[in-house]
This record gives sequence, structure tokens and C-alpha cells, in this order.
Amino acid sequence: MTDRTGPLLQVERLNTSFETRAGTVRSVRDVSFEVGRGEVVGIVGESGSGKSVTGLSILGLIERPGRIVSGAIRFDGEDLVGMSEARMRRMRGARIAMVFQNPMMTLNPVQKIGAQIAEALTEHARLPAREVRARCIRALEAVGIPSPEARMEAYPHEFSGGMRQRIVIAAALVTEPDLIIADEPTTALDVTIQAQIIHQMRRLIDETGAGLIWISHDLATLSELADRIVVMYAGTVVETGTTAEIIGAPRHPYTRQLLASVPSANAPGRPLRQIPGMMPSLLDIGDGCPFASRCERRTEGCARPVPPAVLSETRTVRCLNLPEDRP
Amino acid sequence: MLLFALRRALQALGGLLALTLLVFVGVWMIGNPADALISPDASMAEREAAIRALGLDQPLWRQYLDFLGGLLQGDFGSSFVYREPVTAILASRLGASLELAFAAFVIAVGVSIPLGLYAGLRPEARLSRAAMGLSLLGVSIPQFWQGMVLIILFGIWLAILPVGGRGETATFLGITSSLFTLDGLMHLLLPALNMALLKMSLLMRVTRAAVMEVKSLDYVRFARAKGVRPHRIVTRHILGNILLPVLTVLGIEIGNLVAYAVITETVFSWPGLGRLLISSIQVLDRPVIIAYLCFTALLFILLNLIVDILYTVVDPRVRDALHAGGAK
Repeated sequence: MTDRTGPLLQVERLNTSFETRAGTVRSVRDVSFEVGRGEVVGIVGESGSGKSVTGLSILGLIERPGRIVSGAIRFDGEDLVGMSEARMRRMRGARIAMVFQNPMMTLNPVQKIGAQIAEALTEHARLPAREVRARCIRALEAVGIPSPEARMEAYPHEFSGGMRQRIVIAAALVTEPDLIIADEPTTALDVTIQAQIIHQMRRLIDETGAGLIWISHDLATLSELADRIVVMYAGTVVETGTTAEIIGAPRHPYTRQLLASVPSANAPGRPLRQIPGMMPSLLDIGDGCPFASRCERRTEGCARPVPPAVLSETRTVRCLNLPEDRP
Repeated sequence: MLLFALRRALQALGGLLALTLLVFVGVWMIGNPADALISPDASMAEREAAIRALGLDQPLWRQYLDFLGGLLQGDFGSSFVYREPVTAILASRLGASLELAFAAFVIAVGVSIPLGLYAGLRPEARLSRAAMGLSLLGVSIPQFWQGMVLIILFGIWLAILPVGGRGETATFLGITSSLFTLDGLMHLLLPALNMALLKMSLLMRVTRAAVMEVKSLDYVRFARAKGVRPHRIVTRHILGNILLPVLTVLGIEIGNLVAYAVITETVFSWPGLGRLLISSIQVLDRPVIIAYLCFTALLFILLNLIVDILYTVVDPRVRDALHAGGAK
């Protein structure tokens, strides 16, 4: 409400670490990106690239032994880092909602789904019961649950995985949040259900004008849905750009390799291309380029911190030895 | 559902029959009740008359069939010692055992569930660590020894609590119990504490483990992401889901409290069923032993049934699985 002109969300130089017995695991390092109103931003990366931790950091759901070490998360002009837990709780669900990966686990098995959706409303505002019920039914309708009124009384185990994820999305949308963080919401679902949910999500975003962060390891999914893509590797953002830019003209060596490993980019009958080597351990990782050990273009400078290079208004790449424009 | 209940009832009946047979053979192997019951000074004729009066002159299979015949008419037989129907003897002792079990249950549950919950939610807190340490002592110290320590501590050194007997009783709503007098409650405190400590430790550990498991599950995290207030997360999302394991342990432990108070009742001279069992075993008073064990078995069957029913109340998945099974 404070700043209607600026971006909805501005993550700036975020660092989130987990203290373990073996040392500090620096899961998110120096991550910056923005999300505008009505914009869909995809975060892509392998498991362990820090994309989920980034999502949880925004929501203030990092639990000990993890913590946000430094950085700012400006939401609607207000910094969420360091905000009191009481105020943060009122943000969660009401203004920033989250959808988790495994719909089989996200709903409380002993609570009726109607109550689980209603909770998102009643925990934030005193509303007449009739209105709460009407809004829950509308939310279920919006995500395509048949006969929503009757289904309010059902328990999670009476639904399939795809239906459960729709219910979770309904619970996230019922409060009409400004920002939705979806952490691999379709990964556990069948491809046909995936497509339906992605289509529905896009439509809901267009209708409500909320911002959406869609976390995924699947570039194909993101290319259908996202306006812009943030590529993460080993806890850092290596490249950002519009979806067309990232898919059509990747610049960072990691993004290129990632695109080359997508099955549809490979000739049929030939072994799939893989990126040689492994992602480095995030335990006490240094500030140099994390991809250096697997990179064909590595030079000595890669061991030192690599600042992001701004290529255009939409585009940043974190690499010292950028390959030429066309891959 | 009906079929399920019927099958369970038949299983229970079979179990009870096997139990009575086992006790018959067991007592016969230990010794002859006549030796324990009849004074060694008795003449041969007196001895034989007594044996005949108790039916002990018959072969064992005959005695067993006679017993089963009586059982069909609802007759558990009479005690060898008291010459009274065993059901009446058990009934007269039941009150004392139940009030002790009840008091121990209240103490155990009242302490363990909140403490277990706290320890599960904040495993690093000092109180949690202290509670877990003490609970380890609670489960490992033998009950009789712990009972004697309690007696020495509160009965002898501090001398603030009575250490034996049931104290004064009063009748309220037709129930005679020491729960209704101050003196009775004072007498109840130490034995109840003695019985509660072990259950408390066990229940607390179970609660804590269940809370720690549930609190890291996705639906609790999702509730937090919805901005649900902390106390509602605990009451609705965590408590609702730990009830199942806690109920299971609770059902067994309530049975243990009523049926196996033998040690506590002996240490604190509490006139309940446990002491009756011990003295009956000493004189091989077979009818009392059998009736007591049947009562115990029935108690556990009943408690299991109640727990099963409660499952369906607590967890909709169990309810639906049962309905689906009954429809087949």
C-alpha cells in the first residue's frame, strides 16, 4: 500500500544459511531478483540450488538452525527481513501465500478441507461465517473442484493428488494475496493434470493481478507459464532474463548446459546430454563462481567473487567469460 | 461393521477359554491347593473330606469341565479360602483398585501430555531436557524400589503423608471411595504417584516423539504459511494428529493401572485387586486367580475396543477404511 509504483517484491542480496554440526551450509548466497504485479517469475534450478529456501525466506518460514544472514526482502516497499514474527504472521496467507510441492502431504489429514481453506481467512480477519463459506466455495470453484459445496465437508484422503493440489491452491488464493509462491506445485502430478493446473494458474493470475513466483526444475513448464526466469545454481542466481531470452538465447554456461540437457533438445535414439561433474557442496562454500569446477570456459578469475553483469534492462548474467551471443 | 465386531468377539472368547485352561494347568503344575489350604495337623480323614469338599479329588479334566459348566451359568465358583463366590470378593476389592488407577491416571496424563507437548515443540529448552532426563529415570527405576524411596522420603523423613492403607472412605452417589475424604486423598497420594511415575515417563516420551514427527510435516508448514496463529497450529494441526499414537499407549496403560497394581498395592498395603492376586497365588486359590485373570483379560479387550472406536472418531481415514471394509 505504501508504494504502488515500485515492484511488488524486491529481493536484494539475500543470504540464508543453515548452521550444522559440520559447518555453515550457505544455501542462498547473494540472491537478487524482482517480481512485478501480475507478473509470473520462474525460478529454475536443480535440487539443492537454493530455490525452495529462497521461497521460504520470503515467507519468513526459515526455521532454526537456518536463518537469513543478510539482505533485504522488500514487499510492497516494506522490508520483511527483521519484521516481527507477529506482523510476519499477518503477512503470511493474507498477502503472501505459498503452495508446496507434495499435495499428498500439504493438507492436514484430520481436518475437513473446508475448514482448512477457511482457516486462511478466519485467522486474519473477523468475517461472518456465511461470507467465509461463500468465499471458500468460490475459491474451490475457481480451481475447478466439482460440486464445491458438498466437497467442503470432505477430508483430504477422499481426493486424488491433482484434486488435493487444487484445494491447496484454493486455500492459497482464497485471501486474494498479492504474491503467491508456488514451490514445484505440479512436480508430483501427472502430465495432463500439470497442464490443467498451469493453465488455471495463469488464468487466475491474469484475473487477480497477483504476482507469482513459480519454483521448478523443469524449464519446459516454466517456458509455458513464466514472464521472466531466474536461473539458480548452487545457491546463487547465475542468470535472469525474460523467458524468451533465457530459452532462446541463454548466455551463462550453466543455463546453456541446462537447456542442452532437456530431453526434447536431444536427438532421439542418442544418449541424453548431461552436465559433467557434480554440484559443489554448499558447506562453507567460497564466494567464487560455483559452476567453475564444471565449466569449460573457466579461468583463474572465476575463483574470486563474480558480480552480476547487467546486459540490458531485463537481463543480468553472472559470468566473467561470457560466450558469444548465439549458442 | 457388525461382522467385524462379531469376529472380534469370537476371538476374544477363544482367548479367554485358552486363558482359563492355561491357569488350570499352571496351578496344577505348581502344586496341590490342598497342601496350602489344609492345616498339616489335620487327620487323614479330615484331609480327605476337605479335598472332596473343594472338588480336588476329581481328575483335572473333570474339574475343568465342572468349572466351564459353572461359567455357562455365570458362576465363577467360590474361593477355596474365603468360601465365598469369587465375583463378590473381586467386586469388594475393585473399588480400591479403580480409585488408585484413576488417581494415577490423572497424575500421569495431567503431567505427561503437556510436558511431552512442550518438549516436542521446544526440544532444546532447559525444561524439556530436564523432563527427558527425569523420564529416563522414571522408566528405568524399578517400581518397588521407587515406592520405598517415596515412603522413606515423604512418610519417614518429612513425615507428611501416610504410607499404608486406604484411609477414611466416604460414600457419594452410591460409590464408596477414599477420593471423597481428605484423609483418603492423603493416603492415595503416594501409591498413586508411585504408579504414575512410570506411565508418566512413558507417555511423555511417546507424546514428545509424536509431536516432533508431526511438527516438521508439510501440513504444519502449510498451516504456518497460511498465517495460522501458533496456538491453533498446536491445537488443531499438531494435537489432532498425535492423538492416534497417544491413544494407543493410553489404552494399554489404563489397563495396566487397574490390573497390574500388584507391586504398588503390596508396597503401600493398598487393599486392591493386586494384593488379592498375590495372596491368592500364595495359597493357590485357583478360583480367585482364574476370575481375576479373566477380569483382566476382559478389561483389556474392552479397552482395546474403546480405543478402536476412538480411532474412528479421531481419524477420518480409519473411519472410511472401516466402512469400506464392512461394505465388502
